[in-house]
Amino acid sequence: MSADPAEVVSTAAELVPQRWSALPAAWRALKRAPPSAWFGLIVIAIYFGFAILAPVIAPYGEAEIVGGAYDEWGGDYLLGTDQLGRDLLSRLIFGARNTIGIAVLTTSLSFTIGGVLGLFAAILGGWIDQLLARAVDILMAIPQLIFALMLLSIFGSSIINLILIIAVLDSTRVFRLTRAVAMNVVVLDFVEAARLQGEKLGWIMTREILPNILPPLVAEFGLRFCFVFLTIAALSFLGLGIQPPTADWGSMVRENATLINYGDVTPLLPAGCIALLTVAVNFVVDWFLHKTSGLRDEH
Amino acid sequence: MSISERTEQVRPSAGAGETLLEIKDLRIEGQSDERWHAIVKGVDLTLRRGEVLGLIGESGAGKSTIGLAAMGYARPGCRITGGSVRFDGMDLLKIGEEKRRALWGTRIAYVAQSAAASFNPAHKLIGQCVEASVGHRISGEDEAKRTAVDLFRRLRLPDADHIGYRYPHQVSGGQLQRAMTAMAMACRPDLIIFDEPTTALDVTTQIEVLAAIKNVVRQFHTAAIYISHDLAVVAQMADRVMVLRYGELVEEAPTREMLTNPQQPYTKSLWAVRSLRKEEEPGQDQILRVDTVDAAYGVLKVLHGVSIQVPRGRTVAVVGESGSGKSTLARVITGLLPPLSGSISFDGKPLTPRLRNRDKKLLQRIQMIYQMPDTALNPRRRVRDILGRPLEHHLGLTGSARHTRLLELLKMIELDERFLDRFPSELSGGQKQRICIARALAINPELIICDEVTSALDQLVAEEILKLLLRLQKELGVSYLYITHDLATVKAIADEIVVMHQGRVVESGSKTQVLTPPHHAYTELLLSSVPEMDPDWLDSLLARRGMPAAAT
Repeated sequence: MSADPAEVVSTAAELVPQRWSALPAAWRALKRAPPSAWFGLIVIAIYFGFAILAPVIAPYGEAEIVGGAYDEWGGDYLLGTDQLGRDLLSRLIFGARNTIGIAVLTTSLSFTIGGVLGLFAAILGGWIDQLLARAVDILMAIPQLIFALMLLSIFGSSIINLILIIAVLDSTRVFRLTRAVAMNVVVLDFVEAARLQGEKLGWIMTREILPNILPPLVAEFGLRFCFVFLTIAALSFLGLGIQPPTADWGSMVRENATLINYGDVTPLLPAGCIALLTVAVNFVVDWFLHKTSGLRDEH
Repeated sequence: MSISERTEQVRPSAGAGETLLEIKDLRIEGQSDERWHAIVKGVDLTLRRGEVLGLIGESGAGKSTIGLAAMGYARPGCRITGGSVRFDGMDLLKIGEEKRRALWGTRIAYVAQSAAASFNPAHKLIGQCVEASVGHRISGEDEAKRTAVDLFRRLRLPDADHIGYRYPHQVSGGQLQRAMTAMAMACRPDLIIFDEPTTALDVTTQIEVLAAIKNVVRQFHTAAIYISHDLAVVAQMADRVMVLRYGELVEEAPTREMLTNPQQPYTKSLWAVRSLRKEEEPGQDQILRVDTVDAAYGVLKVLHGVSIQVPRGRTVAVVGESGSGKSTLARVITGLLPPLSGSISFDGKPLTPRLRNRDKKLLQRIQMIYQMPDTALNPRRRVRDILGRPLEHHLGLTGSARHTRLLELLKMIELDERFLDRFPSELSGGQKQRICIARALAINPELIICDEVTSALDQLVAEEILKLLLRLQKELGVSYLYITHDLATVKAIADEIVVMHQGRVVESGSKTQVLTPPHHAYTELLLSSVPEMDPDWLDSLLARRGMPAAAT
């Protein structure tokens, strides 16, 4: 508990002790985190560091042709060059920025869409719920990757389109989850009490229901982030994702895939980057789920 | 082979008086906040064959923990740290898991509080009833099923031959509780532990279950530990009563002696709770008038021409068993369920039927307090925000004015400033209900609808809450519409009573009018079903009604 504030006068002053008590609590939780969660957190931190500082860290430019095609590892080019003679290490670093950036944006967008609509459906119920749920069913009936491929070939594969299409397709899953967990909270008496006080829909959504369904949503955010990441990589691999010359791990695998035939592991590097991040995110999500699910190991 | 034949074969010499269960200096610890602390602090207990022992105490007194320990079992998060539990010569704590398992279900059985939560919804009743005897290879499946049907009949379940082939959701709560007793009885155990088996039931259903259990326990000469927080119920069932508090024995005596002459102050205070009475005062003008209201959920009609009136500054109690439509009436008044026909007027003006069309001023004047304080408070918000929000929303109070009012409210409900920054999970049940009361009172309403506000609380805590409600009514002149199924509460708080049955008002009037004969038939049933603190009450009542227990 926070220390007792002797004189609480303004609403701003009231908020302060709560925020102060939240930080040490988070730190205490971190200290008790298992090694897997720590590993995940550190990996994610390093990735984000690379993504943000890409121009500073990368030895060469993103699309800069610096050497011959398929140069060997070592020397000027730590990890060699690709089919056009661009430095692979630099492209890996810039790839982190592009791929992670897009994945974060897409996941946030899909959570905004799916979360808001899911809450609407749960609170309002009736025909609005039916309409939204059936629309989502229709979207989910078509395999996601094929649907995304189709939409991208119709609208063109710009980065904006990519983000929007994946976000909308992914938001169906978020909608389902949000609606399901919110349904359990909507029926509780405190929501009815808020309604009887004449509270508006926005208040009930954000203050009464959202804080109570946050844990599963945050966990889902981590998981969906991985899936979006993989979807983008898959689309790029198929040539409809992020377009050249922008560096992106998925397309980098495709561009260098032939090297595998010659016993060169270079194409596995971007694939490994994807795998490592996915594993790291899952470790953190696992820990978070375990912490908030209220399930404790007995004995 | 029928049950009675087996009895003679298995236990030819089992007579009363022989000690069956002996617990000595039992110590149990429980884990919370990652620390171990004592729940049961050295309790001794002896039980002879054929004897029924009542365990009484508030929640947290360690009744259920002791009940389970009598089987040699500790719940997850609990550990038995000392003492011995001797059952028929064996120390259950020493014989090991395998041997204990062989005893459970066959010689020691357990009946849980919520049968609905304890039955597997995916299997038929009879399959679950024979599981123990078939699983322990005591009898073949066909024989076990015959035994089960026999028990269903003895427990007076309707259509005993076929009821076992229904799923748990297809029978009523009272029937399910009896089916669970049949399951416990299936192997003819020496000892049954009943853990509040009737707490979740209506008074009228409770009687049937009590009568059935008492009957079977007597017939089979089974020893039982009967756990309850309701003294009157224990008085009917038990030969001897133990009162527990904070994991320690307060007092132990034969039932009659305990009822007439309790020794300890704590026991006396438990006894006194039931005698809280309020002098009724006639009302002046009516603040709420409900006139021939019909209401329905979809096609299911729940209220049929209900009319009630609530006088200003008085309490009207709406009484009835579950399904009588009393909570629906509250939903109609609050506007959550607009009535099909009829009219409601509040303070002389017609009340807008739909909640969303009511203006803020009107919402402020009618408030509600719920049955379960756990679900009525948002677990993620602090007391400060829970109480502060209505002040801000309705009265526009902010900053220091809000803070002053918050302190004033806390004082009203007899809590202090330290509670402001707590989450609901950091409060006890009674404190939570106080916060709910403060939230309803925060914006000076004229009518408060109380929906079973004390039924989830322990008797002593409930009494405190009732006293608080009465005091606040006196100070603030607020009117209560008090919904309850508990007639002791009605006597304690009401000025007027409305009796509801199947969506209709069967009787209404001032408290004395309704509570003095002649009664309407249903009121009579309801009144006579409330257990009294007289060990002969159940037997004499059943004799009066001329039936062991009616089938529902």
